[in-house]
This record gives sequence, C-alpha cells and structure tokens, in this order.
Amino acid sequence: MSGTFVGMPAFPEAAREAVGNRTLRANLRHATHTIRDKRAKAVAELADWQQLREAGKQIKNHTLRHLDRYLVQLEESVVRAGGTVHWAADADEANRIVADLVKATGEREVVKVKSMATQEIGLNEALAAEGISAYETDLAELIVQLGHDRPSHILVPAIHRNRGEIRDIFREEMGSWGRPAPDGLTDSPAELAEAARLHLREKFLRAKVGVSGANFMVAETGTLVVFESEGNGRMCLTLPETLISVVGIEKVIPTWQDLEVFLQTLPRSSTAERMNPYTSMWTGTTDGDGPSVFHLVLLDNGRTDTLADEVGRQALRCIRCSACLNVCPVYERAGGHAYGSVYPGPIGAILSPQLRGTQREIDASLPYASSLCGACYEVCPVAIDIPEVLVHLRERVADRGGKGHRLEKAAMKAASWAMDRPAVLAAAERAATRTRRLHPKKLPGAGAWTDSRELPELPEKSFRDWWKGEGR
Amino acid sequence: MRVALFVTCVNDAVYPATAVATVRLLERLGVEVDFPPGQTCCGQAQFNTGYRRETEPLVRRMGAVFEGYDHVVTPSGSCAAMVRENYPRIARKAAAEGRGTELGEIAGSLVPRVYELSEFLVDVLGVTDVGAYFPHTVTYHPSCHGLRTLGLGERPRRLLEAVEGLELRELPGAEECCGFGGTFALKNPDVSAAMGTDKADSALSTGAEVLCGADSSCLMHLGGILRRRGAPLRPLHLAEILASTEAEPHS
Repeated sequence: MSGTFVGMPAFPEAAREAVGNRTLRANLRHATHTIRDKRAKAVAELADWQQLREAGKQIKNHTLRHLDRYLVQLEESVVRAGGTVHWAADADEANRIVADLVKATGEREVVKVKSMATQEIGLNEALAAEGISAYETDLAELIVQLGHDRPSHILVPAIHRNRGEIRDIFREEMGSWGRPAPDGLTDSPAELAEAARLHLREKFLRAKVGVSGANFMVAETGTLVVFESEGNGRMCLTLPETLISVVGIEKVIPTWQDLEVFLQTLPRSSTAERMNPYTSMWTGTTDGDGPSVFHLVLLDNGRTDTLADEVGRQALRCIRCSACLNVCPVYERAGGHAYGSVYPGPIGAILSPQLRGTQREIDASLPYASSLCGACYEVCPVAIDIPEVLVHLRERVADRGGKGHRLEKAAMKAASWAMDRPAVLAAAERAATRTRRLHPKKLPGAGAWTDSRELPELPEKSFRDWWKGEGR
Repeated sequence: MRVALFVTCVNDAVYPATAVATVRLLERLGVEVDFPPGQTCCGQAQFNTGYRRETEPLVRRMGAVFEGYDHVVTPSGSCAAMVRENYPRIARKAAAEGRGTELGEIAGSLVPRVYELSEFLVDVLGVTDVGAYFPHTVTYHPSCHGLRTLGLGERPRRLLEAVEGLELRELPGAEECCGFGGTFALKNPDVSAAMGTDKADSALSTGAEVLCGADSSCLMHLGGILRRRGAPLRPLHLAEILASTEAEPHS
C-alpha cells in the first residue's frame, strides 16, 4: 500500500491523538452524522432495500466463487473491444506497468480520476520517482495532494479539513502545481470550488494520459464503470489520448444487468443520492470518440490470498461506499488517519490486515479497532459481516503470538480453566468479595480502565452464594 | 416448563442484585426458575478477543449444564447473542478443522432454547405488563448485541412503558454503542472512554434519574464514567426495574 502510511504507530496510539483533538472530533462528528442521517433517509425510501442488499451480496459471492472464469472472460471482452489487459501480482508490478506505459507515450504528466486502487499501490509516488507528475482531479483528492496530506476517508478523503484550511492550502500550493488560486480567495465553498475548477481545467485540456480506477468491470462486455460526483472523472476518461485503468480483480461482475443492483445501492449508501451524478461507462476504444488507446491493469496485491480465506473473503464484496465509516463510532472518534491505510474505518480494519498481512504493528492492531457494535454490518449494502471478520482476524493475530498476545493467551487460558471449574470460580468470587473493602480505587496496571472510569464496587456475596444461602 | 437461569459471570460476581431481581421477577410471573450451579461463563471475552479454541470447553460446559431445560433465560443481551451467533460458528470451525460434530450438536440443541430476558417475557410468557411499579424518570440504552444481533426491537421499551409510575425519556442517539466492547475497553481505552463520555452526556441530557440497560457490562462501563464525574444518574438493569413492585419497591 501507499508508502505514505509506512511507519504508522498501532491504532490505539494513533487514535489517542485524534481523540484529544477537539476540532477534529467536532468536524468528524458533524460530517459523519450528517451523511449518516441522509443515508438512512435515502435507504428508507426503497421498500426492497433488504432484497437489493441480498442481491448485491449474491452477485458478488457468485463472481468471487468463479473469479478465474470471469477475469478471463473480461480480458477477452476488453481485448475484443480494442483494449490491452495487463496482470499485476502486486503493487510494484502494477506501478512498473503504469510507469512504462506512460513513458512509452513520451508524456511526463497524467490526470487522475479518484481511485482507491492507485492509492493502495502508491502510484503517484512511484510515478514521481520516474519523473512523471500525477495530478489528482477530484476536489477532495486535490486538497489532500496540494496539502501534502493523507486521505482520511474513502469517499471524502479531506473530511478532516475545514474551509479555512482548504483556502490556505489553495493559496499556498496551487501556484507551484499550475494555475494559482485567484487573488483574494475566501473560504466560501463556491469560491473554493471555482478556484479548483480553474486550476483543474488547465490540466484536463493539456493532459494526454488519464489514469483511473473503476467501480465495476462487466465481464460479458468488457465495460468499465466509474461513479463520481464532480464531472472530473468524465473529463479524465474522455479527453486524454491514452487511458490507463488500474482495477482490483474483485471489481468484476458477470453481466451488464448485474449493474442494476449496484446503480441503486452504491449512490444511496455513499452520498445518499437516489441516482449517481456522473456514471461513466466505456468499452475498449471507439474511433473518433474518447481515448484511442486503453490499458487495463488488473491488480491482485493480496486479493487472491484474501479470497482463500473462507471467512475473510467476504471483504472482497466491498463496493467502497463508505457507509460503514460514516456510521462507525470508533471512526468518528479516531479519525481516518489512525487506521494507517487508504482504507480506513471498519472495512479498512478487515481489508488492510488481509491485503497486507498482520506482520506490522498497525495491521495487527486493526482487528481490535472495534467495539463489535455491528452498526457497520447493518448498513453495508453487500452485507459484509464486518464484526465476524474482525473476530476471525483477531484469532489470526492471537495465534501469531506477537507483542502482548503471549501474556494475553496465558490469561485467557487461565480464565477458561477457572471458568471450567465452578468450585474454583466460587472460591475466587468469595475471596474477592471478602476483601472488597481493601480494593484500591485505582489498580496499578489497570489504568486502561481506571483513567476514565470507576471500578464497580463488589457485592457482599456472589449470586451463587445468595442462591445457596436461600436454601434452594 | 423447566426454566434455567443463565446468570452470566458478570452478574454472578459483580451484580448479583440483577440476578436476584431476575429470579424474583420470573417467580412473580409464575415461572419456576432453577439455577444450575455448574454454570460459569459463556466465553464471550475469550472468543471476541481471538481465543476461539480456549472458548470450546465453555461451550461444552454450557451445553451440559443446561441440558434438559426447556428455556434458558439470561439477563444479558450480549451473552445471549454470544450463544446464538457464535456457538454455531465455533462449531462450524471445529468441524472444518476435523474435530467432529460434538460442538455442532451442542449448539444445535442450546441455541433455540436460549432467551434474553425481554424476549422470554414478551415472546414466551406473552406479557408486557409484568405488574411492576417504579416511580422514576428512566432513559433506556439498547445495547448493541441486543439491538442488532438479537433484534430485540421494541420489547424492552414495551416492558418499560407498562411499568406503573415510570416515565420513559427518549435517549438521543440511542442506537450508538456505549464504547464498552469487552476487551475493547482495555485495548483502546481512549476511544472507548470517548464513546462512553458521549453516551453519558446523551443520557444526562434527558434529565432522567435512571439509565436503564439490559447488559450489565455496558452499565458497568457507563456507571464507572458517571460515578467518576459525580453525575446524578443511576445505572440500573432492566430486570431490577421490572422486579420492583409497590409492595416491594426497588431500594
């Protein structure tokens, strides 16, 4: 994944900082609650929402079960339509392919449609190392790029920035990337949008190479589909001479008709819109219309490994709507950066440790970044049981016995041993209640609890002793 | 009808008043309750922290202890959810690992007989007015596992609304997690406390005297935050409110 997240601390430490940042907390609370409420209304309008959700799940499950077949079919369809297909096993290979394709055009700059896959592989950084400038054209991605920042949300990557910060970034940075911000730029949303429009228009009209991802790829026709809200995607997908799309292999769906489900569930889940504003679809190349050269780079980068896991594979159903982020009480307080990945929030907590493995501290801590409240599962438009996968991944982390887990395993074993012996449990309860007046209010080493909460006062006797005392 | 109380380890050791209230309530409603003393813990903390294999002996114990009872009633949404949702998963994984069908048989037998208290009252006994008296203002926090895993829906609210003298106050953002989450409270203490503080603020904003819940562990977390702040809001389990009568009011 993106090199910009290398060296991240584990989730609890990163989250601690965010929790203490009152402005960030207020921004995130406002933003997530607004979109959360809108989504709930948009979803409630459809009487058949649960059936749509189930249909989306089944389409994705079916495709994943036969992924080999549909990918080969997709390749044939894309080639037949005039495109070229490349297979990339990992981030390095994908970056190498894209860099070589851009260099072969003789161009030194590309315009980009917002794409999670290219962020996942750190494409912008890899292209920069080859002397190629990649310009983000989604408004929020532009803010992140100009601010030398990291995205903190899948759909609204600059959710952590307020208007004043955006104005300052535009004023200070736009000039060194291209057309400077207009003089006297204020923090009014209309002025900020206009500044971005002017800055980007120059890029759209000049660029000869466009880079995108895709929300869906239709195997039967070789059609790629991009959902976006600003029209920047339409520009990048139609104006350049060469279009390179980097897409995760799990984004394939069998037929055109399968799109009918996701055309309904994705906009309502993500932006709470009934219909997506700009839905671009293209099939290979067409003479005299749009790019004359089309390359599709199919990205694995840990997806096959994820597919091999019977419980974890459901994460590959994800359509990147962000509904789980917006409803998550942990994301709302920890913010997106704490997840150390371009995939933050609940979906990131199950995706990153699967795509990247759990060797790094941040990835080993992500499965625990949840209270298992289940709000994410409830809103997921493809019914990914995120809590189930989180617990499944905790088991994987615990089995590896990394930092802190050896002691924890011993404690859990001891607890299970005692809990399998009612007499031992009863004796321990009696010992605890008899000495209850001696218990300190703050236990050494228990600061994780007592820093913010009182410990409960123990009763005079346990229930089992009461029951016995009643002569039952 | 043979009914067993599955008291849960937290209620047994820390909140026996909740367990006693459950017994008194059920007996008042004419249910003969048994407490099989071999019971200990459902294994939720172990399982949710990633120690599935360590949970298996407790699954076996639960199966053996509650064998032969028609209904197993527990005053805990999350422990009921642990059995209903996760015992079959534990069994499936054990079978997939070539360790037979024993756990599957246990789960198959136990799962349909386990009821969270409000489910048992409303669905099995068919009562919503349990004859309780509790002249206080109350706000209700529906804990996540009861709300989303068990789908308790309106059951606790209907029970509370039927209590004489009780004034129910709407809890803003009721469906949001309180931040306890078992070992989450220890592994991510800052986020957990921030969630709990926001929940406590919401509860305090209702002006209610009592914060009612159906899960003692969530109440322990919220009660710990409220007590640290010296806030005038008392956490109380649903069972204790429903057990309170005019003749024997809750102290």
